[in-house]
Amino acid sequence: MTIETIDKGIVSSFSKEMSEPVWFEELRLKALAEFEELPMPKPDKTKIDKWNFTNFNQHTVKSEAFTSLADLPDEVKALVDAGSQNLYIQRNQTPAYLTLSDELKKQGVIFTDIFTAAREHGDLLKKYYMTQAINADEHRLTALHAALVNGGIFLYVPKNVQITEPIQAVFLHDNNEANLFNHVLVVADDNSSVTYVENYISTMETSNTLANILTEVIANTNARVQYGAVDNLAKGVTTYVNRRGVTGRDSRIEWALGLMNEGNTISENTTNLLGDGSYGDTKTVVVGRGEQIQNFTTKVVHFGKHTEGYILKHGVMKDSATSIFNGIGKIEHGASKSNAEQESRVLMLSEKARGDANPILLIDEDDVTAGHAASVGRVDPTQLYYLMSRGIPKAEAERLVIHGFLAPVVNQLPIEKVKQQLTEVIERKVR
Amino acid sequence: MAGSTLTIKDLHVAIDGKEILKGVNLEVKGGEIHAIMGPNGTGKSTLSAAIMGHPKYEVTSGSITLDGQNVLEMEVDERARAGLFLAMQYPSEITGVTNADFLRSAINSRLGEGNEISLMKFIRKMDEKMEFLEMDLDMAQRYLNEGFSGGEKKRNEILQLMMLEPKIAILDEIDSGLDIDALKVVSKGVNSMRGEDFGCLIITHYQRLLNYITPDYVHVMMQGRVVKSGGPELAQRLEAEGYDWIKKELGIEDETVGQEA
Repeated sequence: MTIETIDKGIVSSFSKEMSEPVWFEELRLKALAEFEELPMPKPDKTKIDKWNFTNFNQHTVKSEAFTSLADLPDEVKALVDAGSQNLYIQRNQTPAYLTLSDELKKQGVIFTDIFTAAREHGDLLKKYYMTQAINADEHRLTALHAALVNGGIFLYVPKNVQITEPIQAVFLHDNNEANLFNHVLVVADDNSSVTYVENYISTMETSNTLANILTEVIANTNARVQYGAVDNLAKGVTTYVNRRGVTGRDSRIEWALGLMNEGNTISENTTNLLGDGSYGDTKTVVVGRGEQIQNFTTKVVHFGKHTEGYILKHGVMKDSATSIFNGIGKIEHGASKSNAEQESRVLMLSEKARGDANPILLIDEDDVTAGHAASVGRVDPTQLYYLMSRGIPKAEAERLVIHGFLAPVVNQLPIEKVKQQLTEVIERKVR
Repeated sequence: MAGSTLTIKDLHVAIDGKEILKGVNLEVKGGEIHAIMGPNGTGKSTLSAAIMGHPKYEVTSGSITLDGQNVLEMEVDERARAGLFLAMQYPSEITGVTNADFLRSAINSRLGEGNEISLMKFIRKMDEKMEFLEMDLDMAQRYLNEGFSGGEKKRNEILQLMMLEPKIAILDEIDSGLDIDALKVVSKGVNSMRGEDFGCLIITHYQRLLNYITPDYVHVMMQGRVVKSGGPELAQRLEAEGYDWIKKELGIEDETVGQEA
């Protein structure tokens, strides 16, 4: 099956198979009809016209669910706490495990796969799904996603509900035919707060598949969302991932992203600060290796007055990996008293690696503050000398400096096990 | 076993092709405290960097040995594991690496794989030494030297000295920028190390430090050489009279490197 052979019939029958409401099917079909006409996205400074985002063999694969946490593969076990109360595991496209504490259920929290959400919470989903953060007709890949979405979750936190325990989702990719059109929608209603952490993990060494992942985060008035993610898809998986948040008045969205894919990746992360007094913070850590080409665009757009946006990105590049780090702070006219800050640091571990940091400030308002810092460099020999002068061998000293360089982001991840896992992934990659 | 011996013979050192040290001779044994004094620009810090193996400093001739082993053939980390330690004038700041993780890594690299210090033992030792140096225990979890004040950095160097227990330590201007209280604490740390297994080379501008750490030997450096050696009374005379009498005695007009008599 290639994209050319995907027609209305296939999309409709998949939609019916999933018992989707009519509006969801219509959204798919509209996107499918628009797909051909829309342009590809244009990530700044990375040419993607030769990348394959559209040809694939299978739309969905069926995978077995897990009856208990004991059945999980070791790679997933390493990510979850045995006593985890609020956990969703998706295996390729199949919802494979779900638990939500009774307490949260009682408070009206919804945490379920996207298809169940469409069936059981259709009105709520309809209000937020591809309406506020990301639109289906932005470009070819958002349209393709909307037409073919085959997995994902919906997390809804009602008004005034404060969730202290993190909510976790693991998207396991263990089938070589599985292409991920995954959609994550997190809605934190007025005065609520939630911490959500997700892992994308491939258990195979290489996989000739693609991932088209959209995440929407809506933080309504005075809500707070902490969003942690570790992407670790296999070599050969071509990924387009777009995580976008929208803030209401006085709300906060804080992202901590560990972008560890092994394949070519376009990663966008945008926070639209709509509400006055809202706050967006993105911390991103990246490791590139092998022949990998990656583009990381982090953007905070200020619409509301008194909004604050912070971007911190640290990347390590080795072998012949190439990465572009675009950081964009945009202050719209009228967003007075706002502050846009960004910092990008790239550490190069080999002669052939390439890393470009492009800080961009676009400001249409006078009464604001903004700042940026960017650097691309190598491991500081004075730091190595200092560490070695205490008896630490050179390789270990380098390891310490690299870990230290990435730590400000790694330490932000809200689940201890995920943090450890990310540290191990980094360890494996930079060795 | 008695302490180690660091032997420096006719050491010549250049930086960026310019010769800074022009034949330094010095021997430091376990149980001895040596002070190297001298005005700015006479090569004191170059000596310490050359002993530790700073990559920018090139030894053009002469030798450095530790108990007969050729130090100049060792990498920086090997020198440290052989028993040398340098408390630096400007310690590096390293983001993301906590003081405790760094020190444990340093101790374990000395002990070798399979002989690592237990976490409990390490924490006990670190707490004990930090209390001795009147350091805030939170500093164990702060990033290495990051945002430390000048005084905190110097205390942290002495903490490392006490944790790593080297055979021969070089203290490069450990007293600069310290107030009197911090100076007393730093001196207390160094004095606690005194013993026949510990030799120390203190590099300083000021006699002040030597009021708290009494040296066995005092050397004066000028023009990249040790030009005068004596006992503690030499330091006192320098404090009282300055360096001019030495210059006059030796016929030196400008004591800095590159100015020949």
